[in-house]
Amino acid sequence: MTHVPSSNMSGFAVPEPNARPGDTPDFSHLKLDQNNLAPKPDPICEASETYGLANSLVRVLDDEGQAQGPWNPQLSPKVLREGLHLMLKTRTYDARMFKLQRQGKMSFYMKSLGEEAISVAAGMALRDEDMLFPSYRQQGLLFARGHDMVEMMNHCLSNAKDPLKGRQLPVHYTWAKGNFFSISGNLGTQFPQAVGWAMASASRAESAVTASWIGDGTTAEGDFHGACTLASVYKAPVILNVVNNQWAISSFAGIAGGNNATFAARGIGYGLATLRVDGNDFLAVYAATQWAADRGRAGHGATLIETVTYRADAHSTSDDPHRYRPKEEAAAWPLGDPIERLKAHLIALGEWDDDRHQALEEALTKEVLASYKKAESNGTLRDGPLSPIPSMFEDVFAEQPWHLRRQRQDLGV
Amino acid sequence: MARMTMIQAVNSAHDVLLERDDRVCSFGEDAGYFGGVFGCTQGLQEKYGKTRVFDAPINEAAIVAMAIGMAANGLRPIAEIQFADYIFPGFDQIVSELTRIRYRSGGQFTAPLVLRSPCGGGIYGGQTHSMSPEAFFTHIPGLVVAMPTTPYDAKGMLIAASESDDPVLFFEPKRLYNGPFDGDPHKPALSWASHEKGEVPEGHYTVPLGKAEMVREGNALTVIGYGTMVHVALETARLAGIDAEIIDLRTIVPYDMETIARSVNKTGRCVVVHEAPRTSGFGAELIAQIQEDCFYALEAPVKRVTGWDTPYHHAHEWSYFPGQARLKRAMLETLEA
Repeated sequence: MTHVPSSNMSGFAVPEPNARPGDTPDFSHLKLDQNNLAPKPDPICEASETYGLANSLVRVLDDEGQAQGPWNPQLSPKVLREGLHLMLKTRTYDARMFKLQRQGKMSFYMKSLGEEAISVAAGMALRDEDMLFPSYRQQGLLFARGHDMVEMMNHCLSNAKDPLKGRQLPVHYTWAKGNFFSISGNLGTQFPQAVGWAMASASRAESAVTASWIGDGTTAEGDFHGACTLASVYKAPVILNVVNNQWAISSFAGIAGGNNATFAARGIGYGLATLRVDGNDFLAVYAATQWAADRGRAGHGATLIETVTYRADAHSTSDDPHRYRPKEEAAAWPLGDPIERLKAHLIALGEWDDDRHQALEEALTKEVLASYKKAESNGTLRDGPLSPIPSMFEDVFAEQPWHLRRQRQDLGV
Repeated sequence: MARMTMIQAVNSAHDVLLERDDRVCSFGEDAGYFGGVFGCTQGLQEKYGKTRVFDAPINEAAIVAMAIGMAANGLRPIAEIQFADYIFPGFDQIVSELTRIRYRSGGQFTAPLVLRSPCGGGIYGGQTHSMSPEAFFTHIPGLVVAMPTTPYDAKGMLIAASESDDPVLFFEPKRLYNGPFDGDPHKPALSWASHEKGEVPEGHYTVPLGKAEMVREGNALTVIGYGTMVHVALETARLAGIDAEIIDLRTIVPYDMETIARSVNKTGRCVVVHEAPRTSGFGAELIAQIQEDCFYALEAPVKRVTGWDTPYHHAHEWSYFPGQARLKRAMLETLEA
């Protein structure tokens, strides 16, 4: 007979990460099966055929930069170079914007360092007609869709040409023409909205699918449950991405329940097709996104994708990660760096070399600097010019009611 | 006495409560190991252990609900909602559960807990890190809503809140965390070091809930506010040389009508200020009660100075914030009416 203790003497559990500042980084708790042999079912399979994939890892690029296994999307060298270019562009842009925030040119910034494959590969695998509901660390989607860097900077600088009229924190982009929804700063709220958008597309028999992204921490929000339920019940053509970058500001993924099951495994409970993917493997993210998009377009419903990655820098310019995790953690991340891995692959194919890489880095640095000069000439938050003050009172309603007119007059503008 | 910022005062209140009463526990997003994004619970997990101070998953509804369950079962939780702008997933738990438990159970169950949350603008936080949502919560029967203005009050009121048998929603104006702010963004930031209410006792004391503080006596008109706007009102009156009587409400519900009526009956003129939007803001409630209780003493219409009825603007933060210029104009108009 099992011994049942008469009281709960041990208290409740509060999980801790394996390593805190000063400790040796340790990712041994993550199931990172790196043998690249995860099977690839047909995209129109029964959801249950994917359940094994929720607990393994879809991977194409091995540690030597070779593409292997059934998930290899067989991309041309041209497409691979484009992916490398876009990831490097995202990284160069992020680095410059972060510095400019430190110089007081903008109020806030968030980098996507180490997570560039997740946005760039997905952006390239999707069609331009597909709708994007990102959170605040997928700026690579904008580059993949060819958004104008100067306009992105105008937004971050909150200047007179900010398309969002200075109303949003930097990096909370909106780009309707690029089928890129308005990013909210609130967590998880847009996951079920993406399902609704997908259902509207389906109701008009359009071929477009919708994709959304949240972080591992946000899976704890009720809206995650709402989105998965809706997506499953209505078989919506939607791709629900959970970017597991191990950290939600200072909380490690275990605080969101990640120690007890993979985030992908949650999809099983909803009866959703589910994939767990190496998020630092450009080819794996590309292939998984393409698979889920094919499934949605074929009318077979939604896919939940967990991309396993590492947030290699601070949560935002307001954060200091050295206070809660080892400095060496990013370097010790077992899935490497997405840019280095794709670069190694291209070099192994004989389609790239260090000189070309360096030239690309230099060209991108120049491009970012030149774009910044243009954007800065439109103003900065610190020195202006900003959007006209009366525009504060616009867009609250379709037409300005009397009380807002009166408040605008009270402000004397 | 020690010199404390409002962050340190909030931290010290936790420390006192955790030390004195082992029923007290504290949690929130990033509030455990890291000690909160503003540092209000920094060092407390190390001192009191992981089951008394801990990180919560990002789910505000679950944070409120967990606190309710714990409080109903004998603990005294103090939960942090990282920004007031993020409290809304927990709204259902507050409206439908927390504030009705005593009433609907005929007093058989209660949930004495504190929800703390930084509120207000002034840090370029944009629409998702700047809200003053207090009015939504003043419309819920059974919830104490409080907002301190100084480190001294923050600590004393937070201890009183935790020791209260009613649920308390405790808003902390984040612009005041590191120093008083008089509404002039061009001045160098002030620190609490030179402010008399930056002097905070190390040990236990309380500042009673439900009691306003007269922070400036005067005869020409009454200004009623809470949080950051109290500092704005003090500086506006000083610079304009207006003989204003200024009341720091401190507790928004139940508010101290006795102090308000005494002052308004004396001055006959009144301006109500808050950073939150105007329409259905708490100023509307105050003015309604003032006209019911003090109508025959009033010499002028009671004015409101508030945030605009728009989301909190990012780039035009200082055109949104109801600063000194707007308050001075309202005070002069009220004096001249």
